[in-house]
Amino acid sequence: MSPSAQIEGVWSEQDTTPAAVEAALRHLLVEAHTEEHGYVPARVLNTIIIVDRQFKGEIANRLERVGRYHPSRTILVAVEPRRKTMDAYVQIAVEHADGGITVGTESVEIDIGTEHLSVLDTIVDPLLVPDLTVLAWAPHGHRDAIDALRRLVTVVLIDSAQQLNATDAIKRAADVANDAYIVDLAWLRSTPWRERIAATFDPPAWRQSLGEISGISVTAREDSVVAGVLLLGWLSCRLGWEASELIKQDDVYMGSAHGKRQDIKIRLYAQADLEVPGLSGVQIETASGTKLSLDRGPGGLQAKRVTRDGKESTWVVLGASRGESGILGEGIRQALLRDPTYRPALECARQFLGTV
Amino acid sequence: MATTTQPAENPLTEGLERLPVHPTTLVIFGASGDLAKRKLMPAIYNLAHEGALPERFNLIGCARSDWSDDEFRDVAREAIEKFSRRKPDPTVLDSLLSRARYVPGTFDDPGVFSKVAEIAESEDEEAGIPFNRIFYLSVAPQFFETIAEQLGQTGMNKREGAEVRIVVEKPFGHDLESALHLNNALLSVFEEKQIYRIDHYLGKETVQNTLVLRFANGIFEPVWNRSYVDHVQITASEEVALEGRAGYYDNAGALRDLIQNHLLQLLMLTGMEPPVSFSADDLRDEKVKVLHAIKPPKVEDVHDMAVRAQYSAGNAGGKDVPGYLDEEGVKDGSVTETFAAVRLMIDNWRWAGVPFYIRTGKALARKGTEIVITLKPVPHLAFEQQGSLGVHPNQLILAVQPNEGVSMSLMAKIPGSRMRVRPVNMEFLYGTSFLSQSPEAYERLILDTMRGDATLFARNDEVEAAWRIVDPILEAWSKDTDPIPQYKAGSSGPEEQDSIMINHDHWRQI
Repeated sequence: MSPSAQIEGVWSEQDTTPAAVEAALRHLLVEAHTEEHGYVPARVLNTIIIVDRQFKGEIANRLERVGRYHPSRTILVAVEPRRKTMDAYVQIAVEHADGGITVGTESVEIDIGTEHLSVLDTIVDPLLVPDLTVLAWAPHGHRDAIDALRRLVTVVLIDSAQQLNATDAIKRAADVANDAYIVDLAWLRSTPWRERIAATFDPPAWRQSLGEISGISVTAREDSVVAGVLLLGWLSCRLGWEASELIKQDDVYMGSAHGKRQDIKIRLYAQADLEVPGLSGVQIETASGTKLSLDRGPGGLQAKRVTRDGKESTWVVLGASRGESGILGEGIRQALLRDPTYRPALECARQFLGTV
Repeated sequence: MATTTQPAENPLTEGLERLPVHPTTLVIFGASGDLAKRKLMPAIYNLAHEGALPERFNLIGCARSDWSDDEFRDVAREAIEKFSRRKPDPTVLDSLLSRARYVPGTFDDPGVFSKVAEIAESEDEEAGIPFNRIFYLSVAPQFFETIAEQLGQTGMNKREGAEVRIVVEKPFGHDLESALHLNNALLSVFEEKQIYRIDHYLGKETVQNTLVLRFANGIFEPVWNRSYVDHVQITASEEVALEGRAGYYDNAGALRDLIQNHLLQLLMLTGMEPPVSFSADDLRDEKVKVLHAIKPPKVEDVHDMAVRAQYSAGNAGGKDVPGYLDEEGVKDGSVTETFAAVRLMIDNWRWAGVPFYIRTGKALARKGTEIVITLKPVPHLAFEQQGSLGVHPNQLILAVQPNEGVSMSLMAKIPGSRMRVRPVNMEFLYGTSFLSQSPEAYERLILDTMRGDATLFARNDEVEAAWRIVDPILEAWSKDTDPIPQYKAGSSGPEEQDSIMINHDHWRQI
């Protein structure tokens, strides 16, 4: 629920059933229409979020911060070990919009036990708005829940960076991608970097330098190495490099890729002491001696280009940090779009991590 | 014959939502003005916030106010903080403004333009690449020609290795003659492909959605013609009155202010044939054909197809509104229309015989812009009418603002044992169906200018064709000695608006 929304109607029941919850949703919708003539239920996205019950408040707070354009029907599944019954709480919230209409969003909170996860699809299926995209997100793991939902969901939101083992994260992403479209927050953290690298080499005079790239190093926070590997995977598949497995030594992944003209030296640094998740710097070198660097800084990315003759140029590539709530909001928005470059990048990333 | 080698495609751009934009220097003439403060600066900031500006971007302000760079930065900061749709991030705002420059002076002073050139060139030199240059004319129309001339004389109208574009704000002329004069003046310095005439209506998502609705859905296009459409109404009603714009408005009036540009644009998008592609020229070629198919009225026929009126004292939006003639800044005895309605016929195969009604006005009952397509009634009704609200023809309503969306009225059976019917609505609302916030029209249009995409800008032939339709109406009204009809502020407009309706058509309630 966004901060400016007002609660319009609520319903709750202990030891309930999906059919009772669905009936409550219908009843609340009719009530809202009766009381508020301009009431229009938002119809954007069904979102199923599976969380550990003890942390559900934290996830609800994260969702609140994604802004006004949140999912229209949210089903928050709170999992509690040893619980045998299902409790549910349904709420319709409204927000006044321009032109005298009132936009309503529906949220359902369901408390279930671990034993219910394998049949989660039969619990949430009746609660979904038909014909809308279904997004599933399990920020606390619960792979079994996502697996149970595979027949229902169109999109799975993951954060590969949440798993400390980059190899496992990439493997899991590739597996889920077989059944659903993946929106990976780790990939979205690399978006501004991908955009800027693309822009840097876009002027016709500099485009040919793409074929001359001879080295690239990426620095990421320790828990965001996957974002770095995905960036390398993206460059590798877009530029037609043959990737080979990176070797990890201490906090550095080292290796190379084979380009059409020359080999590309690759370094991925995992740094523990960075303030925010994601990437913090990218350096690219070309065979002709040009060095380009992009580093996170105030107001955007600090860019520096040094040519072979030592001429240096620095500038700021403007852009605000989206923050973690912004990344999550972007993830939800991306559920309704399709990025054709993620899966090829994921495949190339698997080659860098030797998981093919 | 010399051949030009096109650079290879950039393989890194595939799949990116924000495509790279060539490094750009944006020069705003009239940087101290209201439009710059309310719209342009906030739009530029929001583009910066989202990382949508070119990777390398320079801003140069130019106006008469005798400011230093720092004073300009302060004014720009204040404007952005006040008018931006989002709270500015101080680090982005600092970075954006830290390199902003300002050149004070009058637009007839060649020294001003030399200084602008000097700054822009030094930026290019520092970056080692020629930046594209955009000259944004956010100034009163009398300066358009002077600025264009000066840009030509200082050689800033073209640049080796980069693109130069000029952005012109409406009004594009005061009548056909002045529009032709302005176009000739601009075209004597710039090529048409360099000229971007902003009609900010075209930057609105719902206006663009008109094209998607028509050409990406199989359901509508088969009925989008004279066989099924009874008539079309395009309405732009404003709840507000003059709001301090008497200086401009009293010289312009409703016909020039909205119908000649925004509403004829909506008419073109509604009436055009499918374009071959959505490239700037393919789209505009089809749009302008619609205007060419409208026969300009004869001056003596104007009273049959156009109505004008002026608001009298009343109450609009809960506030007392003085009569137009009592508004501050309005000339005594002014006959400027604050309401205008016209009936146009598009004489082509698709639309022959289908009236297009267009109206706009100030101080009306409520704010709203919509395109309403009324379909022909069913030929025979087998159901009983008694006890029903009556069978109404289907209407497709494209709401541009404030309820951005599409709705369709359908007939449905009233629950009960008898077969009675009443109209119901099937609705799509942007606010309930999309997750993202629409950017301001100016953000989209400034970005398109930087990208070199003129699709959403008016071309010279569109502007001239629009004036050809509007000119005879203006001429007839200028000769009309009858008192201008009145309507009460806060009402749905003058009764006289019904006089231009034919075939028993009637206006939709405002």
